[in-house]
Amino acid sequence: MTALPPGAIDCDLHPAPPSVSALLPYLEPHWADAAGHRGLHELETIAWPPNAPLSCRPDWRDGDRRPGSDPERLIGDAVEGFGTRYAILNCLYGAPMLYSEDMAAGFCRALNDWLRAEWLDRDPRLRASILVPPHAPELAAEEIERMAEDRRFVQVLLPVMGETPPGRRVNWPAYAAAERAGLPVAFHAGSAYRHPPTPVGWPSYLAEDYAAQATAFQSALTSLVAEGVFQKFPDLTVVFAESGVAWLPAHLWRLAKYWRGLRMEMPWVDRSPEEIVRERVRFTIQPFDAPEEPDAVARLFDHLGSDDLLLFATDYPHWQFDGMGALPEGLPADLVQRIAVDNPLSTYPRLEEGEP
Amino acid sequence: MTRHVVAPVSEFPPGTRRCVVLEGRRIALFNVGGRYFGLLDRCPHQGGPLSEGVLTGLVEAGTPGDYSFSRPGEILRCPWHGWEFDLATGRSRFDPRRHRTRAFRVTAEPAGDLRAETVPVRVEEDHVVVET
Repeated sequence: MTALPPGAIDCDLHPAPPSVSALLPYLEPHWADAAGHRGLHELETIAWPPNAPLSCRPDWRDGDRRPGSDPERLIGDAVEGFGTRYAILNCLYGAPMLYSEDMAAGFCRALNDWLRAEWLDRDPRLRASILVPPHAPELAAEEIERMAEDRRFVQVLLPVMGETPPGRRVNWPAYAAAERAGLPVAFHAGSAYRHPPTPVGWPSYLAEDYAAQATAFQSALTSLVAEGVFQKFPDLTVVFAESGVAWLPAHLWRLAKYWRGLRMEMPWVDRSPEEIVRERVRFTIQPFDAPEEPDAVARLFDHLGSDDLLLFATDYPHWQFDGMGALPEGLPADLVQRIAVDNPLSTYPRLEEGEP
Repeated sequence: MTRHVVAPVSEFPPGTRRCVVLEGRRIALFNVGGRYFGLLDRCPHQGGPLSEGVLTGLVEAGTPGDYSFSRPGEILRCPWHGWEFDLATGRSRFDPRRHRTRAFRVTAEPAGDLRAETVPVRVEEDHVVVET
């Protein structure tokens, strides 16, 4: 078991509203009223079906309650369980992906206020990401500005598969707002399901959908680099959450290769994509999609080419590992310190401010 | 340093290129608007013949969408994989320090100073000279 050092920071946990009715007190009157007479049943995403084994570790299940919906359980299982100093909540509820931009934005405001009142106010170790409508960047920017005043919100959360490739300029207002507020933008596994979640069409099975997330992250990374997001927003950090990491070296190698021959098409990409990604993009460590042998893990880190890339995360309550094995075996202590403490602190400068 | 006379100026007009073998090395020569350039005819990547590459300009952008195009004709793209090289220095655009091919000084000089070598020197006109 690779032990966690003191002060470890869990960069990806998933709270969920127990039901849509839990949001009613936080919805503006129009949306609360509409939720009632439109008969809104639930607004979950199908990416994590509640009963799927992946969606909740067996020992973290609580009967029929929605995984991650009980703050006391999350705090007990994950924050107390792993002894983390801070835990960053990434709520994956589906409401931000509603097709109506206004309704999606209305539910995002409610979810953010619900996170603040029901979670952040409950425990000083909790931090959260700001939910925004991925397909309405101007509304996203407004919500970022509204929530950024609360220093316990430490990043902006988007699904890796939104409506357009994430590098496209239509998305930039959200990045500009995040950069102004000093907040990283996290792209989390998941889709707004505007497009099939695989490039070859709609999959039949959950395993296909989930495995294909890695290809979505590859495309998202390529888009962010090629469209010049890192040049346009020089102070913006991007986090890939629940992305896996083993695909990264091969993809970067390929991307850098084609950049060398086609650089003139995207002249703002003025240095190798490998260099840009190592400097500007961070990755949460679960699911750690590499072989278990320490030698293989060491080779992967060698190929990653930097010890700054990874952020400790349990991905609670998703079932990515058993027991306390959130970190791969055989990592040297100094690397564990980087992943669990140093890298999260440099990625999320608001954490250094301590208790607000 | 050896100086090689490769052609009378009149036979190497602007917009043309040629390949010469000097001391056993193939050297690609270019006349871009009256300025002469020479590169070892071998891409440092996989040995592609640079003499067959497309000449373009330097495309840069300080910010996305803000294209600038300068030095027309002075950037050579390897015909095999598209790597760009600066004709003036032989340095690649993507990694100028580590990836480069050798550049040679090429000038037009009066015949009076030259000795005939592979190319007969005509006293009445300037000649293109490559320094190796």
